[in-house]
Amino acid sequence: MNKLKDTDIQAIIGWVLRTGVILSIAIVLFGGAVYIYRHGHDIANYSTFKDVSDFVQLSGIINGILTFKGKAIIQGGIVLLIATPIIRVAFSAVGFVFEKDYLYTGITLLVLLIIFISMLSGHAG
Amino acid sequence: MSVIELTLIILIGSYFAGLLGSLTGLGGGFIIIPLLTLLLHVDIHYAIGASLVSVIATSSGSAAAYVKEGITNMRLGMFLEIATTAGAFAGAILAIYTPTHYIAILFGLILILSAIMSLRKKTQQITNHKSYLAQKLKLNSSYPTADGMVEYGVNNVTGGFFMMLFAGVISGLLGIGSGALKVVAMDNIMRIPFKVSTTTSNFMIGVTAAASAVVYLQRGYIDPALSMPIVIGVLLGALTGSKILVQSTSSKWIRVMFSVIVSILAVQMIYNGVMGKI
Repeated sequence: MNKLKDTDIQAIIGWVLRTGVILSIAIVLFGGAVYIYRHGHDIANYSTFKDVSDFVQLSGIINGILTFKGKAIIQGGIVLLIATPIIRVAFSAVGFVFEKDYLYTGITLLVLLIIFISMLSGHAG
Repeated sequence: MSVIELTLIILIGSYFAGLLGSLTGLGGGFIIIPLLTLLLHVDIHYAIGASLVSVIATSSGSAAAYVKEGITNMRLGMFLEIATTAGAFAGAILAIYTPTHYIAILFGLILILSAIMSLRKKTQQITNHKSYLAQKLKLNSSYPTADGMVEYGVNNVTGGFFMMLFAGVISGLLGIGSGALKVVAMDNIMRIPFKVSTTTSNFMIGVTAAASAVVYLQRGYIDPALSMPIVIGVLLGALTGSKILVQSTSSKWIRVMFSVIVSILAVQMIYNGVMGKI
């Protein structure tokens, strides 16, 4: 096992996580400001579950961002935030390939596969 | 209530949830979900979705710092993530078909269990027993301490793996990091030093939450307007908490106070669940 390589991967993973969190929170803050500015005085109601909103599919979110909707911008930030640990897993897979640790490349890809199946199952319903 | 009032209330509540969650190591979800459902009468599915997003933010933020220190056992984390993500996926699917009052009751029970776990005295343990599976999977490792690098072995890999599967289901079903259960799996079953187990557990929480968050997202349970103040509030609270933790070493009274708050919330959740009010 090459110790130097392990610390390299750790540094990259740390960077991916930090950048992902900072970037997505910045986007959420910005979208939040837009949303509050426009809808701050609307009446809020979350007591019952409403029908699936426009901001579930990626196309809907992108459409909303292009038309500068606050909620869509927030959701864009949230999607990036959810993607951050998944991107972290993808980076570790690449790292394990470089280390020639094929057992852990396989384990990492299996984790990605489970998340991918989870993603698809949401669409199916 | 207007959007701006509700947003401010949730922001302040989330800040304190993040602060307490970070000081006790239980995570912000434990306060956020009761706050939203009991006080603000938000549908529990929305509350779980928003909580999951905040869990990803705080765990990824702190994992970034821990990973650099070299305490996190990345191979062990990666391997156990197979169990936690598979569990989280199952938990999220289960949550969709489970009546909300059952979720509330289960939430209360796990809440009490975690509060008890957080009060337990932690003793540093090192075993050099190296099981066959742990060697095959290259799980045995070393971590830096004040006295230099310390080697440790990993026991009962299969038992730990199944406990992680359960922790994943709970995380997906209730929208919490279930860090307490992950630490049980690693401390008590796999016999890992607790510094390694807490950082490795934290490392896994983000991916686990992401695996169920994708399901909640596509079902429309992650509402941007509701999640926005929660993510920001919990993250800021957790940041404050980590600053306080560095300064004061004795946090016994905080944990006792937190356990009392948590127990009251837990009883409320169970009561409302049994009465069918949630």
